[in-house]
Amino acid sequence: MLKQCEGSIAIAEAVALCRPEVICAYPITPQTHIVEGLGLLVKSGKLSNCEYINVESEFAAMSVAIGASACGARAYTATASQGILYMAEAVYNASGLGLPIVMTVGNRSIGAPINIWNDHTDSMALRDAGWIQLFAENNQEATDLHIQAFKLAEELSVPVMVCVDGFILTHAYERVDVPEQSKVDAFLPPYEPRQVVDPDEPVTIGAMVGPEAFMEVRYLAHHKQMQALERIPQLAEEFRRVFGRASGGLLHTYHTEDAETVIVALGSVNGTIKDVIDQMRAEGVKIGSVSLCSFRPFPTAALHAAIGHAKRVVTIEKSLSVGIGGNVSHNLRMALQGRDTKVSTVIAGLGGRAITQTSLRKVFTRAIQDTLEPLSFMDLNTAVINRQLERERVTRRTGPAAEAILRDIGTMAARVS
Amino acid sequence: MTGASRVKFYQTGTFTVGNRLLDVSVRSVQSDADRNNSLNSGHRACQGCGEALGARYALDAAMRAVNGRLVVANATGCLEVFSTPYPESSWRVAWLHSLFANAAAVGTGMAAAMKVKGRKDVRVIAQGGDGGTVDIGFACLSGMFERDDDVLYICYDNEAYMNTGIQRSSATPAAARTMTTPAAGQEPGNVFGQGKNVPLIAMAHGIPYVATASVADLRDLEYKVGRAMAIHGARYLHVHVPCPLGWGCDTGDTLKVARLAAESGLFPIFEAEAGEVTGRRTIRRRVPVEDYLKMQSRFAHLFSPKRDERRIAMIQAIADRNIRRFGLLDKSEQGAHP
Repeated sequence: MLKQCEGSIAIAEAVALCRPEVICAYPITPQTHIVEGLGLLVKSGKLSNCEYINVESEFAAMSVAIGASACGARAYTATASQGILYMAEAVYNASGLGLPIVMTVGNRSIGAPINIWNDHTDSMALRDAGWIQLFAENNQEATDLHIQAFKLAEELSVPVMVCVDGFILTHAYERVDVPEQSKVDAFLPPYEPRQVVDPDEPVTIGAMVGPEAFMEVRYLAHHKQMQALERIPQLAEEFRRVFGRASGGLLHTYHTEDAETVIVALGSVNGTIKDVIDQMRAEGVKIGSVSLCSFRPFPTAALHAAIGHAKRVVTIEKSLSVGIGGNVSHNLRMALQGRDTKVSTVIAGLGGRAITQTSLRKVFTRAIQDTLEPLSFMDLNTAVINRQLERERVTRRTGPAAEAILRDIGTMAARVS
Repeated sequence: MTGASRVKFYQTGTFTVGNRLLDVSVRSVQSDADRNNSLNSGHRACQGCGEALGARYALDAAMRAVNGRLVVANATGCLEVFSTPYPESSWRVAWLHSLFANAAAVGTGMAAAMKVKGRKDVRVIAQGGDGGTVDIGFACLSGMFERDDDVLYICYDNEAYMNTGIQRSSATPAAARTMTTPAAGQEPGNVFGQGKNVPLIAMAHGIPYVATASVADLRDLEYKVGRAMAIHGARYLHVHVPCPLGWGCDTGDTLKVARLAAESGLFPIFEAEAGEVTGRRTIRRRVPVEDYLKMQSRFAHLFSPKRDERRIAMIQAIADRNIRRFGLLDKSEQGAHP
């Protein structure tokens, strides 16, 4: 049904359509509206046969989901930012135990300095945890990916994170087609776990594994993600057949066929990128873009097919691998082996800084002129940084850097033209 | 292990009647040839392990109480490590180990799953050592309590992190030597005035049932597990389980040490319903704390090179306070159980 609603509410309704049996709720901005929405659906009786548990932390949220999933219940939770780090140990545990939990991440930065706004630092911190990570480009895709996520998770016995840009998507009111229950039921069969904690067939789950088998267990986790590389496009196609629209898949290409310059990014920023590409295409520039929907597994072959012919690739990344640069670009190089494609990493939008068309266009233009550095930071206020570095040069104890910088730039901090 | 150890064929000094003299209906679960053997033989616990003994009795009693309809969440720790070195398992119950800190929350998830699946007959136990319960697992434990989730949590308290090699936990008693509270300096061993009383904190949550027990009285332990499984909601059982390795006592003296902890008043055995103490196991033959302390090398610095009268008296005062607080010498009030 078409409706105009907040992204979080569309996600909550999509999750409810998947008939989750245990939902673990803990508030953290900007994810909170999702679990609030589900709480209302459960309390009002619209979502029945579901245990909605108000837990005391994100660590407990994932732990309750682990217990529930291990006993054969379809389990869901949502988190963001500090929350996903607080549950990090349990995130690894869920994938290690092969539990098909689905979790929404309302992507947000990690402090300090504390910051509630959008970037991808949180999901990136857990990229190697053995979870499938799908990034939504818009709220329709965020809605649809949840329905695909449960099916993917349960078929492969792997947990899935659906990553949704905080505020930009979670709090945006957009037109969303929330599917009908009958169609979701046709697409998503009930959860039939491979192994359960059950007094009728008592097994030991979670035993200690030493060096003699640990490598093999971890390899199998990798193997499952390689299976997911095949299954994700199939699921997107099955989804298209049932629901009549394209959503999900490994990646989305935009004018890449003849593109000499290809931009690669995750999530909602792809909308802005496409607008800039439209403008530049109208001017005759051979530029295109790839929106990576699946970051784990990383679609190396599909990406190679999409960008292998390009002269240059620019990644727009909302996370910084401190000390080296980009997470996406370093993964992406696997898809460009044997090519001399020029790859430039642009770190952008950290802590919610707006990524504007003007700034993107500047970066793309410099890339085409081959003057873009291998690693750059979009809209960095170098004057402020230099003042702080100068203070630190003069005085060893300059006080907290973040606060000093804030004082420097005054109240205009959020305004980036 | 030690040559001086004398083999004992029966449990002495417990004042319990031998099973054969009792009516069949009140005989211990463990004496039943058809007991479940929930924690089966062949595991890798140390000789004299109190935790292995406590877990075996507790889970067998639970399995009988719920007619085998039980699932168990286990925290990381000795109990988990010695029972499940891949590909072996000593567990004859449906058993899940997730992490160190989350057994209570995993239990909550299991109970939720059983409820939503309509399997109301299946009950849940979460269990761990004192580290996994009173320290790192405390937030999840408190959360499970306050939500009144239908889980019995059993803490096997051996008063330190034994799996990692005897480090202090918040259940480590004052003056005890551990590897992180060494017997060195002016005040050797663990400091006084620290630690937390988790049974009392559990009671403060107002949960339906809280009890302490000891491997010194295994029939009492069995009774309390049975009592707990007859109740729904969050329940807590705190079992005192000596660790000969960590405490520095003879491996044949596990039960004796546990008994002296109870009979000195250092480990009060009681039960509480909805936040009110409703029963206590009274002390039958009171002993000074010294009798208990002297058996364990973790307290050796209290006695040599010279007696530390001041700190022995401080430990005696802790026992005296427990006796007053829980009425452990009050013969008029006995627990409801045999």
